[in-house]
Amino acid sequence: MDNAFSAADIEFQREVREFFSNEFTPDLKARAQEGSDVKGVAIEWQHKLYEKGWIAPGWPKELGGTGWSPVQKFIFETERCEAGAPDVVPFGLKMVAPVIIHFGNDEQKARFLPRILKSEDWWCQGYSEPGSGSDLAALQTKASRDGDHYVVNGAKIWTTYAQYADWIFCLVRTGNFEKKQQGISFLLIDMKSEGVKVNPIHSIDNHHSLNEVVFDNVRVPVENLIGQENQGWTYAKALLAHERTSIAEVSNSKRNLAEIIELAKHQTNHKGRLIDDPYFQSRLSDIEIELMALEYMDLRVLASMSAGDTPGPEASLLKIKGTEIQQALQELRMETIGAYSASLRQDSYQNELHKEGSSARKEYMYGRAATIYGGSNEVQRNVIAKAVLGL
Amino acid sequence: MNFEFNEEQMMLKDSIIKWSQDNYSFDQRRVSADNPEGFSRAHWATFAELGWLSVPFAEEYGGYGGSIIDLAAIMQEFGKMLATEPLVPTMVLFGGVLSASSNEDIKTELIPQIIDGSLLGAVAIYEPQSRFDMSNITTSASVEGDGYLLNGSKSVVLGGAVADKILVLARTSGEQNDEVGVSLFVIDGNADGVSRNAFELMDGQQACDVVLQNTPATLVSELDQAYGPLMDAMQSISVALAAEATGIMERLNLTTVEYTKTRKQFGVPISSFQALQHRMVDTFMAYEQVKSLLVGTLCELTDDKSSPERASKLVSALRTLVAKNGKLIGDEAIQLHGGMGLTDELDVGHYVKRLMMINLMFGNADFYQQQFNEVAYG
Repeated sequence: MDNAFSAADIEFQREVREFFSNEFTPDLKARAQEGSDVKGVAIEWQHKLYEKGWIAPGWPKELGGTGWSPVQKFIFETERCEAGAPDVVPFGLKMVAPVIIHFGNDEQKARFLPRILKSEDWWCQGYSEPGSGSDLAALQTKASRDGDHYVVNGAKIWTTYAQYADWIFCLVRTGNFEKKQQGISFLLIDMKSEGVKVNPIHSIDNHHSLNEVVFDNVRVPVENLIGQENQGWTYAKALLAHERTSIAEVSNSKRNLAEIIELAKHQTNHKGRLIDDPYFQSRLSDIEIELMALEYMDLRVLASMSAGDTPGPEASLLKIKGTEIQQALQELRMETIGAYSASLRQDSYQNELHKEGSSARKEYMYGRAATIYGGSNEVQRNVIAKAVLGL
Repeated sequence: MNFEFNEEQMMLKDSIIKWSQDNYSFDQRRVSADNPEGFSRAHWATFAELGWLSVPFAEEYGGYGGSIIDLAAIMQEFGKMLATEPLVPTMVLFGGVLSASSNEDIKTELIPQIIDGSLLGAVAIYEPQSRFDMSNITTSASVEGDGYLLNGSKSVVLGGAVADKILVLARTSGEQNDEVGVSLFVIDGNADGVSRNAFELMDGQQACDVVLQNTPATLVSELDQAYGPLMDAMQSISVALAAEATGIMERLNLTTVEYTKTRKQFGVPISSFQALQHRMVDTFMAYEQVKSLLVGTLCELTDDKSSPERASKLVSALRTLVAKNGKLIGDEAIQLHGGMGLTDELDVGHYVKRLMMINLMFGNADFYQQQFNEVAYG
């Protein structure tokens, strides 16, 4: 039993650290935090990763991946979080690409993958619908065959950054069978097609990242179908097992915790520094102790992946605990800052806390999504009950 | 990176699993616990024969030379066994504290006797007013000839009633709460001036309150300097008990899931109810958290790169989680067993009580969390 990285992994860690320190410049960092140019900053940063050859660690090496071991991927993610650098926009690189790689034909691979690597296309995900959230397979957006085209009608919802997207990958209904999981197909749709409409959804963080995407008789060429008609559910499920290495977000939470401790050294209550208040300390340690446990849960999964196992229901456990901790930290950060968390002023007008508070509140409000998306935590509990407990 | 027990550790565990399958079913355990001393001397001799009692001791004293990981490996299985034999008082507590002491003559004399099963020991640290604080000591030691005489009272001394030797923490200088000025002594269990008022504990183990009146004693620590080494010893002891607790948690969760699959209400197994499924998922996660932090702590404690602060943080975090998650797992096990969970006949309540004992005796969640806070934010 030991928790040590190999010498080669430690050397790799040094190389990654150096990359982030050189390439994730203060200017880029400031613009990423400021948040008004989401698309521009993301593409600029992704170009740097592309130049280095590190844009798609999850892909096979011959298609532009890195050939990293699970431990190396873990190190990369950890260092990225410690540098405060953003993750790549996942919809193209981490979500649709693995499906195209595993189930697409050669033409589709040649057409889409290089553009995804170079961040030339911005993708979004068309899964959830107004009537199908956790019960995703109940989806109703319909694609009817008409000659060389599908005609798509329906609506997708909670579509992150659809307003920037060139393409959307969708689950659509192409047939009606006894089992609702059958009759679903995986279709790629050009957002510039006639009949596609993006309606913004303003969220409780006073931000616009979510959308409804409506399809009104949108004609989609049949060559945009991935794999076999009516087999889309299988492809989507296979995709869900991908890219789960950093689901727990331990490094992010560690950084957040350290920042809250720092903040609490400068905040006071009626008795003195907040960090010296025993009640506040216990609220901190309630979270920190769980985070220490989560870190080793994460490493245990990593070690078993390194030994060749595929992560199964452990991913659900990491998701539940990881998101609970993220939310607890968001809450504590707001409370540490106090009344300025209510301020909508995003600059440092008169007081640095306007900026701190505003960003803490936004993270807290949007952070509620983490226990809902990617399979709500209740659905994750169902997964564990079935797989691990045999219930 | 590897978080599994190695082959030797698995063999040790297997030998305990195999022996207990043949000799220590819950009913057989009850027979053993019904002995007047609360355990079976015959079993104890077998434990010695099988080499289990040698695991934590250094090879120079005839021990197996095991690390904290080896000790944790066997403690998990002893937890599942729910053994009433004095493994904790003699091997873990007496052995652990003695090993950390500085009197080589006494160690050379007594450790082989622990290993061969001929000596039962106990540790008398806490007093009625000291709660979990090892500096809050009023029992006094005064010089008498070559040795010392002890006077004072010690509370809830685990395994004390049957102990041949007892390690006693007493004050040789300083004030009641001073860390400097406490020293560790060994006394004979039946020495002059020792009165032992024995009682049974909720988990089937036996304990006693000890009153010392001019009891002759031998110093086993450096004079006035027992506090530091004792804190170090308690760190390993705390981890060993945490390992025992994980064994119990694992067993409780397993038993509960199995029970809900067989218990039918409203015409179906109660395991089909989502309300209960999610509760069992929560107890499963609670166990996985503790298990993960345990393996992390074991790795870092055996890794010479860890600072004393980090080690202290890990152990207090681990014990906080053992206490909190252990309570959740215990409470839920009883609740999901319904009325059966309240019966003495079923093992569930006995596991729960052992888990409670672990947190009552040497530090509860509040104690360890405060310790954590001091190191982390103090």
